[in-house]
Amino acid sequence: MTEMKSIESRNLHPAMNLRSAPVILDVQHVSVDFVSERQTPAHAVMDLSFMLREGEMLGLVGESGCGKTTLMLSILRLLPAAGRIVSGKIDFFERDLLDLTEAGMNDIRWKNISIIFQGAMNALNPVRTIGDQIKEAIVVHFPRTSKQSLAERIDELLEMVGIGANRKDQYPHQYSGGMRQRAMIAMALACNPQIVIADEPTTALDVMVQAQILELLDNLRHKLGLSVILVTHDLGVVAEICDTVLVMYGGVSAEYADVDSIYNDPRHPYTQQLLKAFPDLSRPKDRLIAIPGYPPQLNALPPGCRFAPRCPQVFERCNIEQPALYQLGPFHQAGCHLLSAS
Amino acid sequence: MISGDKILMNYRYLLNKFAWALLTIIFVIVLNFFLFRVLPGDPARAGLRDPRLTVEAQEAIRARFGLDKPVINCFDSLNPLKIGNCAVNPLETQFFIYVSNLLRGELGISYHSNRPVVDILGERLWNTILLVSAGQILSIVIGISLGVVAAWKLRTMIDYGALVSSLVAWSLPTFWLGIILLFIGSRYFGLPIGGKMTPGAHFESTWEQWKDIARHLILPTITFTIIFIGEYMLIMRSTMVDVLSEDFILTAKAKGLHSIQILKDHALRNSMLPMVTIIALNLGFTVAGAIQIETVFSWPGLGQVFFEAVGRRDYPMLQGAFLILAISVIFANLAADLLYSYLDPRVRAG
Amino acid sequence: MQSQITVSGFGGFWANLKQNSMGVFGLIMVLMAIGMALLAPWLAPYDPNAPVKVTIDDIYAPPSPEHWLGTDDAAKDVLSNFIYGSRVSLTVGFFASFISIFIGGAIGIMAGFLGGRVENGLMRLTDIMLVIPDLPLAVVLVALTKPSLLNIIFVIGILGWTGTARLVRSQTLSVKERKFVLRAKAIGAGQFYIIRRHLLPLVLPLMVANTVLVISLAILNESTLSFLGLSDPTTLSWGQMLNFAFTRGAMSAGAWWALVPPGFGIVWVVLGCTLFGHGLEQILNPRLETHHLAVGEEMVAREDSRMTPGEIVELT
Repeated sequence: MTEMKSIESRNLHPAMNLRSAPVILDVQHVSVDFVSERQTPAHAVMDLSFMLREGEMLGLVGESGCGKTTLMLSILRLLPAAGRIVSGKIDFFERDLLDLTEAGMNDIRWKNISIIFQGAMNALNPVRTIGDQIKEAIVVHFPRTSKQSLAERIDELLEMVGIGANRKDQYPHQYSGGMRQRAMIAMALACNPQIVIADEPTTALDVMVQAQILELLDNLRHKLGLSVILVTHDLGVVAEICDTVLVMYGGVSAEYADVDSIYNDPRHPYTQQLLKAFPDLSRPKDRLIAIPGYPPQLNALPPGCRFAPRCPQVFERCNIEQPALYQLGPFHQAGCHLLSAS
Repeated sequence: MISGDKILMNYRYLLNKFAWALLTIIFVIVLNFFLFRVLPGDPARAGLRDPRLTVEAQEAIRARFGLDKPVINCFDSLNPLKIGNCAVNPLETQFFIYVSNLLRGELGISYHSNRPVVDILGERLWNTILLVSAGQILSIVIGISLGVVAAWKLRTMIDYGALVSSLVAWSLPTFWLGIILLFIGSRYFGLPIGGKMTPGAHFESTWEQWKDIARHLILPTITFTIIFIGEYMLIMRSTMVDVLSEDFILTAKAKGLHSIQILKDHALRNSMLPMVTIIALNLGFTVAGAIQIETVFSWPGLGQVFFEAVGRRDYPMLQGAFLILAISVIFANLAADLLYSYLDPRVRAG
Repeated sequence: MQSQITVSGFGGFWANLKQNSMGVFGLIMVLMAIGMALLAPWLAPYDPNAPVKVTIDDIYAPPSPEHWLGTDDAAKDVLSNFIYGSRVSLTVGFFASFISIFIGGAIGIMAGFLGGRVENGLMRLTDIMLVIPDLPLAVVLVALTKPSLLNIIFVIGILGWTGTARLVRSQTLSVKERKFVLRAKAIGAGQFYIIRRHLLPLVLPLMVANTVLVISLAILNESTLSFLGLSDPTTLSWGQMLNFAFTRGAMSAGAWWALVPPGFGIVWVVLGCTLFGHGLEQILNPRLETHHLAVGEEMVAREDSRMTPGEIVELT
């Protein structure tokens, strides 16, 4: 429906073969609540499923508060004190992460799955040097590494992200915002993980730096064979570098497909609205269409489809019953009543 | 900890702190001078009439301290309604004499013991430092440890227990705790009833002497420790909870570190910074505590001599002791500022 | 860490307080002490001022049915002294702290509101006052003027305002930037009006919590000064009782009944104020106390009867 022309020429790397690549992360029907003493639990994520394959970059898209970060934190079991994973499985190389003890989880964290937090500015300890903090990431999982190897590795990582190795003994406050983000990326790669979760890595950075960082992520992914989950609210970015897209709304999966299908054949009204809300440079005269209304309150959810209050194609059934997920193709799912065959 | 990097002292910051400390000391000196002259019972005159001094001593004092000279330009007492002789040479006022004496280390002669104040203070200062150090170190170590544990185990029974004990300890009047401990200690544990050493005892060796002193130190030190534990624990707990809520702690968790590793390598360093400032601020309380504890335990330190001087109206002693006490606190604050700037790389590197 | 004063009226406040058991406990402790002070004439078995015939056995007599807490060095009933002593200690504590609060509040508001050189100067003054040790200065001031209750109240008052000043100043600074103040200024409201209508309602609640803590400090200070003999010997505060007991041989007489109760009274009141004050602070400044390490096994909370996962419907 939308003509985003850039799809074919989007990147220099070949499109991924989703069929043949092995699945390394299988998130199945995960639900996460936030409990509080005086109120009913807030259902932050409900019945969410997706897969991640080797070398795949998944774009996780949605408004603020739709549960993207909560979902990511759940994978690493880093939720705040009020968070509860109330159902589901998270299979990493066929082992359910939710069955692990805390010690087992600590082993997986960073070494196999690492995360670059939103607002990495404050995610670094201000009284320790950057080099020191990167070293810690390695030493925790590989305690026998020689001092020589450590130093070499730190230098290598910093060079990889475009920070001179001579800056490793500086403190975070001596780095610019963009540099700190890149330092976080370097640190996230320190143990050669299989999966890197990048939670809105470019918020609060200016546009030039944004582009640099995203290009860096993409190049690194192809060079190192990483899988990446890129959490963002920027559909343009997703079009550029992602292989698959998961669109979330109000804690549920609205649409989940390969990137071509999302852009060329979006089936969920929310996805369609999102695409319309993004300006297309090839059609400068089109009006920007904002999506009216506000995201739902997670502890006072409407009984039916979460998007019903704001959906332009809403009908009666939408307010009563939550839609099932409909499989529209081998890699395309959407949760909307419009799709029921009858 | 701060290994391998060049110490770029932030000179402007240091200069600022030094200047400020100097200014405060000057203020204290001026305050000290006027305080003892403004208050009723003009000490200079009172001192001159003090029957404990011989006539010669009185004359000497009068000459040395210029008590027959005007206090300060334009006034020969501090009563502003009396219009004095404004043509007085400022170099000949009592104030100037006082300051110049001060700079020479001359603090006057004690009315009570006829010895120079400086000498007496010098002896007593070390006793007080001995007393205070032991108590402070213990309470810092124990208080901080308790605070860390309480913060880590937030809202569990351990936390609540530590909180309640600390609040109770904070509410105890220092002198009363001392009295109670002294009562119990001397009656039931055979500990000394006061003083620094057993009076009239002869010691075979320095070691024996120190053992005796140590025995006399036990109760006062315990008192000091209990009083300050509460405060350090509460502040460390609060600081630690703040630090543990910061984003970089979540990063540390994401890296796979255990709680203890996180506490040790991340949280502790960051929360020690504010603690340093708090410890410095506490030095005012330490002085107050020292005065009370030395009085209760008859420990021959600055606090006790200060208090006795009050009772005896020994003004030179009082003035000298007050000055030393105030200046110690100022210096301690300055030291804490310097230490803080050394520890916090954000300040150090500018 | 600025406060959000979200307490809506007195009713809301009361509901919040009841849930804060520490604050309630503290309040009860303080009220009991005040009650004892007010009802002293009816509670005390003897009148402390009534002259007593003294024999040697009556001095430091241990607790007995006639004297539940024994007698002191002047053969007076300790229990009665204790009950009446609360009056002095509490009165001095309250009045001295009112002086401190007044000075501190005024300085804080002026500094925060007027800013610039005024703020600078006042804050420097506060810093100096903080650095100069309190007790020696208080001792000097009281000793060299006349040791009396009024002097003690005055001295404690003028030395205890620094904490309040800082608190009020920071609160004023944050309120000053809020929109409604800027709007008031824009429509030309005068400074006093702004202070009265906008600033005070937001600053006062925090000051109340602070006042309680200042009172506890004032009571501690009074007891210390009295113990050191700087109070009026005829008005028997708890600190004064301890001064007499200590300097007149209670220790060697083994008269614990003369040493424990007054101190206990001080601890009771100070602890009550502290608990109540902290409780108030928690209500006015609710901080969600948790941190990243306060997370446990409860995070993975799948029940055996798992929520039925949604179906995925095939479409062709």
